[in-house]
Formats: sequence, C-alpha cells, structure tokens
Amino acid sequence: MSLTHSNDIPAPVAKDVGPNDPHGVHAVPKRLLMAVYIALVVCTFLTVGASKVDMGDANIWVALLIAMVKGALVIMFFMHLWWDSPFNAMALITALFFVALFIGLALLDAHSYQYEIKPTPMATPAPQL
Amino acid sequence: MSSASTTETSVHHGGHEHHDPHLAHHFDTPEQQFNSAKLGMWVFLGTEVLMFGGLFCVYSIYRHNYPLVFKFASETYLSTFWGTLNTLILITSSLTMAWGVRAVQLNQKKLLVVCLSLTLLGAGGFLVIKGIEWHAKWNEHVWFGVWNKYNGLNDESFRAPPPAQPTTEPVVAIMPPPPVSIRATDMDANTGIDISQIKPRYDYAFSQTIQAPSVAPSVEKPSPENANEHYRQLSDAAQWRVNTFFSCYFLMTGLHGIHVVVGMGLITWLLIRSLRNDFSSEYFTPVDLIGLYWHLVDLIWIFLFPLLYLIH
Amino acid sequence: MSTAQSISHRESKPDNYLTHSRGFLSWALTLDHKRIGLMYLVFVLAAFLFGGTFAELLRTSLLTPNHWMFPSNYPIHTADAALNVANATLNAAHDTEAKLFYNNMFSLHGAVMVFMFIIPAVPAVLGNFILPMMLGAKDVAFPRLNLMSFYIYLIGACFVSWVLMGGILRILFGLHVPFGYGLDTGWTFYTPFSTSKAEDGMVAVVAGVFILGFSSILTGVNFIATIHTLRPRGMTWFRMPLFLWALYATSIIQILATPVLAITLLLLLAERLLHVGIFDSSIGGDPVLFQHFFWFYSHPAVYIMILPGMGVISEVISVHSRKHIFGYNFIAFSSVALALLGFLVWGHHLFVAGQSNLADSIFSLLTFSVAIPSAVKVFNWLATLYRGSIRFTPAMLYSLGFILLFTIGGLTGLFLGALETDVPLHDTYFVIAHFHYVMVGSMVFAFLSGMYHWYPKMSGKMCNQNWGRFAAILLFIGFNVTFFPQFIMGAHGMPRRWATYPAEFQPYHIISTIGAYIMAISLITVALNWLTGLLWGRKAPANPWGGNSLEWHTSSPPPHDNFLVPPVADDPYNLAAWEYDASIDGWVLRKTDPVPAPPDRTRPVAH
Repeated sequence: MSLTHSNDIPAPVAKDVGPNDPHGVHAVPKRLLMAVYIALVVCTFLTVGASKVDMGDANIWVALLIAMVKGALVIMFFMHLWWDSPFNAMALITALFFVALFIGLALLDAHSYQYEIKPTPMATPAPQL
Repeated sequence: MSSASTTETSVHHGGHEHHDPHLAHHFDTPEQQFNSAKLGMWVFLGTEVLMFGGLFCVYSIYRHNYPLVFKFASETYLSTFWGTLNTLILITSSLTMAWGVRAVQLNQKKLLVVCLSLTLLGAGGFLVIKGIEWHAKWNEHVWFGVWNKYNGLNDESFRAPPPAQPTTEPVVAIMPPPPVSIRATDMDANTGIDISQIKPRYDYAFSQTIQAPSVAPSVEKPSPENANEHYRQLSDAAQWRVNTFFSCYFLMTGLHGIHVVVGMGLITWLLIRSLRNDFSSEYFTPVDLIGLYWHLVDLIWIFLFPLLYLIH
Repeated sequence: MSTAQSISHRESKPDNYLTHSRGFLSWALTLDHKRIGLMYLVFVLAAFLFGGTFAELLRTSLLTPNHWMFPSNYPIHTADAALNVANATLNAAHDTEAKLFYNNMFSLHGAVMVFMFIIPAVPAVLGNFILPMMLGAKDVAFPRLNLMSFYIYLIGACFVSWVLMGGILRILFGLHVPFGYGLDTGWTFYTPFSTSKAEDGMVAVVAGVFILGFSSILTGVNFIATIHTLRPRGMTWFRMPLFLWALYATSIIQILATPVLAITLLLLLAERLLHVGIFDSSIGGDPVLFQHFFWFYSHPAVYIMILPGMGVISEVISVHSRKHIFGYNFIAFSSVALALLGFLVWGHHLFVAGQSNLADSIFSLLTFSVAIPSAVKVFNWLATLYRGSIRFTPAMLYSLGFILLFTIGGLTGLFLGALETDVPLHDTYFVIAHFHYVMVGSMVFAFLSGMYHWYPKMSGKMCNQNWGRFAAILLFIGFNVTFFPQFIMGAHGMPRRWATYPAEFQPYHIISTIGAYIMAISLITVALNWLTGLLWGRKAPANPWGGNSLEWHTSSPPPHDNFLVPPVADDPYNLAAWEYDASIDGWVLRKTDPVPAPPDRTRPVAH
C-alpha cells in the first residue's frame, strides 16, 4: 500500500503492445494468451499424471503446487494482474492469506478431534498391552 | 447514471475535449472511474475467495481426519475423465473470455461477440457434464449427508436389517422395525460391497440390534475379491464417513456451479449488450470486470479438480 | 439568524440535498449517499427500537425467578384430585410458554441488535453520510451499489421480521406461518441445537442474516474503493480524518470476515434443511467446527461494531475539546492493527467448547495482543483531552462515557481472554456484562455521540442541547445500573440465558431491570430531542462545533453535490483555522485564511 502517495493508481503502463487505448490498459498479446493456455492444458495433464504416481504424502502438495502454478498463470495473464495496480494484487493476496490463516488455525484444532466416540475408561477398562 | 446536470458547478473536466457519456458525475476522469471499478471488483473477488475458503476449510479438516475415506470415495465414485474434460472446457472458456477482453480493448467488436459466445458455450458444456456426474451420483445413491447410502442414519434401508424376532430391549420395542428394502441387500455397483453391512458410527436407537450378529438375516458377505482394496483398509467407523466426502464434493461443486450459472447470466447480458454495440475500446468496463469474475470461477475449479478428483 | 453568513457566499443558494428533488421515488431510487444514509438511519433505528423492546421484555420477565409474566402457581394440593391434575398440566404449560418466550426474547434481542442495528449503525448511517464529504467527494465510488446494499439490507430485515410476524400471528390468531415462529438459539445459532431441535424461525433468521451480510460486504467494498480513488489531491493517507481510517479498517474486516459468515450460514441452512452432515454430529459432522466458522466472522465482527465508533470518538474528542488530536499516527495504525489482530483471537470463544489445549493456549495468548491497540487509542484520547478547552456538549458527554465504559469493558475482557479465569466465568452474566459494556456502553454511546455531532449537518437544525445533556447523563447512569450488577452476578455464577435463577440473585436482577427502564427513558428522551429539533430547532450554522474536517466546509444541510466549491484538503484537526462567531452561534474561518481556495489546490484537474 502506498501510504504516502495521494493516488494508488499508478501511471498508465507503456502501451508497448496495445494500440490506442484511453485507459492505458494493456491488451494481452495473442501469443501470450495462447502460451498461457497451452501451459494450463499441459499442467492439467501433468497433475492427472502426477496423481497416478505414488509419492506418499507428497502427492497432495505436488497437486496443490501445480494448481498454484496454474492459478498464478490465470491471475497474472488472463486477469491482467501482471500489468495492474499493485493494490489489486494486494487485495487478492490478503484474501488468500486470511484463507490460509483460517484453515491453518482451524486445522490446528483438528488434531484433537476424537476420531470416534470411545467408551470411557470407567465403563470398559482398557486391555493391557 | 445521469450526471450531466450536476457537473456545471465543478471545476473538473476542464481539459476534456468531449464529455464521456459513461462518466459518472463524481469521477473526474474515465481513467479514475475505470480504476475504481476494477479495484472494487478485485476487492469483491477477495470476498469470493474467502467465501470459498470456508468450504476449503471444511474439506481440509475432514480430509485431514479421514484421508483414506477421501481416497476411497474419490477413486471409486469420481471419474477422472469427466473431471479432466471439464477442466479443459473451463480453461478454454477462460481463454476465450481473456481473448474477448483483448478484442474489445482493440475495438474488434465482432470478435468480442464470437469470444463471448464461445465462453457461454463452454460454461454450458461445463454444466452439462456436471449434471451428468451429479446424476450418476444420484443413481448410485451417493449424495451428500443423509442422502448418501453410506450414511447409516437417514435411509432406513441401510440400517442394520430388522431383527428376526422381537427383542426384549425396550428401545427396540418402541420403535417399529425399519422396512426391508431391495437396496438393503444390494451390492454397490462400484465397490461390490454390501452396503447393508455398513455400521453407523454410533446409533443410539439401534445399537442393541446391530451388535447382535444372530439377528442379522443370511445376507451374503461380499467376497474379498469384490471388495475394493481401499475399502477394506477402512475401519467400520470410517466407512460411514464416505458421506462426508460427498458432502464436501456437492457443497464445493454446488457453490461453484451456482457461480457458473451466475456467470452465464452475466455473460449473456454482455453478449446482448455487445450485439447492441455498447462496448468499444473507449468503454469496456463491464467486459473487463465480468471477465475477472469468470477467471475466478475458473481459478476455483483449478483447485477443486485435483482436490476432489485426483486424491491419491 | 436566517441570513446566516455561511463560510462561502456561494452557498447562499437555498437548494440542499433534502430539497433537491421531491417525491417518494426521489428517495427510493436516490443515488445520493446522504439520502441513502438517512434511509439507513430510519431502518436502523427501527431495528434498535425492536431490539430494545425485546430487551426490556426479557429484563421485565427476570424481575422474579418464577416467570411472573406467565403465572404458573395453580394449586396442586387441593382436595379435588382431578383439579390437581388439571392445575399441574396448566402449570407445566405456562412454564414451557414462559421459557419459550424468554428464549425468543433474548435470541431476537441479540440477533436484531447485532445484525440489524450495531453492525450497520455507524458505517451505513454515519459512514454513508459523512465519508464522501470528509473526502471532499461528491459521492461514494459506486452509488448504485450503495443503493443496492441498502435494499439488500431491507430484504434481510424482511426475513428477520418474518419471524416476528409469525410469532405475533401465532400468539394472536393461532396461525402457523412456515418458518415463522420462534428463534430460540441465541444470536450465535450454535449447532447441534440449531440444526436439530431449534424452532423453525431459525431458518428465516439465518437466511436474513446471510442476506444482511451481503449488504455489509458491499458497503465495505464501496468504502474501500472510495477511500482509495476519490481522495482529493492534497489529502494524503495521513491527512485523512481518523473517522475515515476507522471506516477503512472496518471495511477491511467487512470484506475479509463477512464472506466466511455467509458460507457458515449457508452450511448451517444446508445442514438444517438438507442434512449434509458438516456440523451435525448425528450424521457425521462436527459442532465445534461450526463454532470455529462462526467466530472467525463474529469475533472480527466485534471490531466491525466498535472500530467505527472509535473513529467517531476520535473526531468528537478533538473538536469538542478544541485541541489537535494527540498521536494521530498511533490512532490511525491502531485501527488497522485492531482490524488485523481481531482475526487471530476467535478461539477464545471456544475455551470450553472442546477445543484442543494447544489451540486454547495460542488463542489465549493472542487475545491479549488486542489490548495493545485498544489501550493506545484510549491513552491518545486522554492525552487529547488533557488541557483542552472541553465543552460538555451532548456529543462530548457520550464520548467521555464511551472512554470510561470502553475501558471497563476492555479490562473485564482480560478476565475472559485468560484461559484460567474464563472457564468459571464462561456463559455467565459476567460475559453478558462485558459484552454490553463494549457494545452498548461503547458502540451505542459512540453512535449517539456521532449522531449529536453530525445532527446539525444532517438535518440543518440544532436540537436542544440541554435535553441532550440530560439524556446522555441519564443513559450513563441507567447503563451502569443495568450492567454493573451483572458483573457481580456473573462472578457469583449466575448463568446466562436462564429464564429462572436462584433467589439469592433477585436483588441484582431487580436493580438491573430498573436500570434497563432508566435506559429506556433516556433513549426516548433522545428520540424526542431529535424530533423536536427537526421540527422546531433553529437553523444550524455550517460549522456549529468548529471542526476542520471537510464536511464542515459546506453548508448545513449540504447541497446535492456536497460542495459548491471544491474544498481544500488540509490537516483535518487544524482547529485554529476557525473562530467563533456569536452572531450565528457557529464557527467561521479566520479572516487570515479566507476561502475560496486557490484554484491550484482543488481536487485533481484533468490532465
């Protein structure tokens, strides 16, 4: 957040690709769009393939990593965030951070949930192991 | 909004050679207005992320607690083929949407119409496939919560079979024995498991009868070859949790589906307006904002797909 | 008087936002943030009236421990055996009715007050009215969204009112309206009670609160975009009035927390209506998870309620003690810090709910961090007051009351945040008293303070200050009489939400109920004071208090576009720029620094 600047909207980016355009908004070049699309498709097949390989606990992290890469591509190029005001990126990052906070702290508590209701030790003495 | 009458007293617009009909009276420049709208949209998208975040939290907690159940349910009942196809469809519709925004930025109005139509088509295709999948789940009796055959509490037919003779337990005496249903002895089509053998985690009323093996009728136990490998690894209590997976599945895909439907409505509105020639490189704020929304819908699916369909 | 010298000669035009256009539709379809703010005010006050009535009813029923409003002492030891049986049945029926009545009263009181009054009160009413003017803007960034969020609020209110109507129809005519009777879950809708045994009305209320949440979200989006993009040139982030900082922090919470409430309530409805098994333990869910979800929103929501109030206090304290605010940066950052820290402490509501010990300890520790920014604010307000020329206007009296009551509320919060002391105090009247000290003692006082502060700006009239002072002092007395005994009761173990109680608590309950009546009298006085001011008050000067934030630079009431001359953004607490003019009983800019502003410092000129 540019706290000391009077206006958060940065100066219009250089119109290196987009032609005459009053808003100073970047028109994404065709090649970039297609490249991102192909990358997304490749990543989709990659994640399907990765799920067939047994990596133990790492599987979910690999899947999430690929999903994050895909998500980042969509956000940066399809959603123009790469060329956009930093505050917009901050809005998204803040939201993601708070989702992580919510899930993280709630998961912290999930460790203690009882898997199922067990008989109390008084009612049925535990077998000696 | 109409604003022309209110701008006389202000000192703004001095440098403008023409008055933009889309410029609201409280903004000074179209640029300021566009940036405000975009900022507002991003903040709104942040709220969408948090709203879905709640469902992701539910998912994380239950997956964390019942990892094998999730693996079993996903591998057994969800089709990777349909999931992958849907992912590709949604990614493609995202591409056409991005292309549409590019088209309107470059004032290519016909291309915009084409792109919006393709996006709408993709959204429709996505929903059709989703419908096929949901319908299959319905046929297999694996919907959410109590509508799931693995849930021992609601659907009477999947409780323990009725006792062969009246027991002396008062709790059974009060409650009429549940009706015998055809499904009670059915084998699950996917797993070959006899659902009637699934025990509720805790069933206060019927706990007496469930624990009495003698009262169970002569139902054939599923042979080990039929039973799904993962299923046998699950404890009795965990088997019952399959419904939790499907609750997550339907809540997440359901809320996502609602967003797809809303998106289709918005894109249709865009399509009508673009056919009316409302948008140009001078004014395309709605196209851009709804594009952002549509990409977010795509984004959420990108995460839903591996989490629901590709559980290893 | 009538030819009041405004700060600007160009403001002598009679046209203002109230007379700009006429007719019902000019209000119902207005995009003017000031009119939307006033429309919110009407409905928010209506909600306050309903919530207050429920509170008075439940306090009244607590005068005795044996439901005196539903007498159930029919004799059951007479000679006639049949009569004994009949009387016993009657007693039981009256007893059940009394308990249901009580449960409904406290639940509706909580739900209506929290979701329909406290949360929208300052942001939607004062924020809508003042925020664009403080920014020197003509409107909020998205006026249509603003109107939409007002109507969403109305729709949500209709859902909640459905239960009210259903209850009245059932009591008077015996009709049963679907989902129309009874909310007996408390405002927190805890599972598994709410998903299994609670009355049907819970569905309508939860749906209503879900809808009200969207109104809150959209207001937050609007304010954030407005503050970011409509600040005039010359108004840097650190020249914003502190009320705007507070509203900005509030908006952050609104957009970060309220979506989680939306999904929580959606899941709750799905659980209740479709039995999805997420929260309901009988079909595989987890009730504690509901509490995590609910408090992830509802604890930050406490700061949605209190932060804008703190913003109001920062304005009022400075202006009415004629002193520059002390520690501007600290107050500004403490607002943001409260907004963010508020997200880290929700677990202290779950100390006795079966949360893990690890989470208990972490949340207890984090809870104490909230004390820091709260204390920073209080100390800075006190430093502002120090050696100021304090004027005991009604607004100032409410602000002083706020500081005192917020301090008590905050300090008793430490007992509840500490793990050890929370366990015995949890679910007792101690919690009730703490909560009301923060919500009523602070938030309602701040709302009234802000209303008295900006009443001249909103209505263009002055209301009687002496009656205002009387009501403020009476409210302060009534409030303490009501809630201080509840601390004592709670410490002695009086559980909350009980329709009956051991006889030893009766003196406290009687004192508490008397206090509630005193509060009612004082609030009625406030309402009459405002109404008489509206009807017969003298015309307000443009700047009756001598504030320097931009809303005082325009006429009272402001014109449709807020400013005829775009104002200059200056230090909002530079009160020395104004001097008192007895002829208009208001403040005018010193001659040495006359308006109109130099043109090069106006709002951004087009490039």
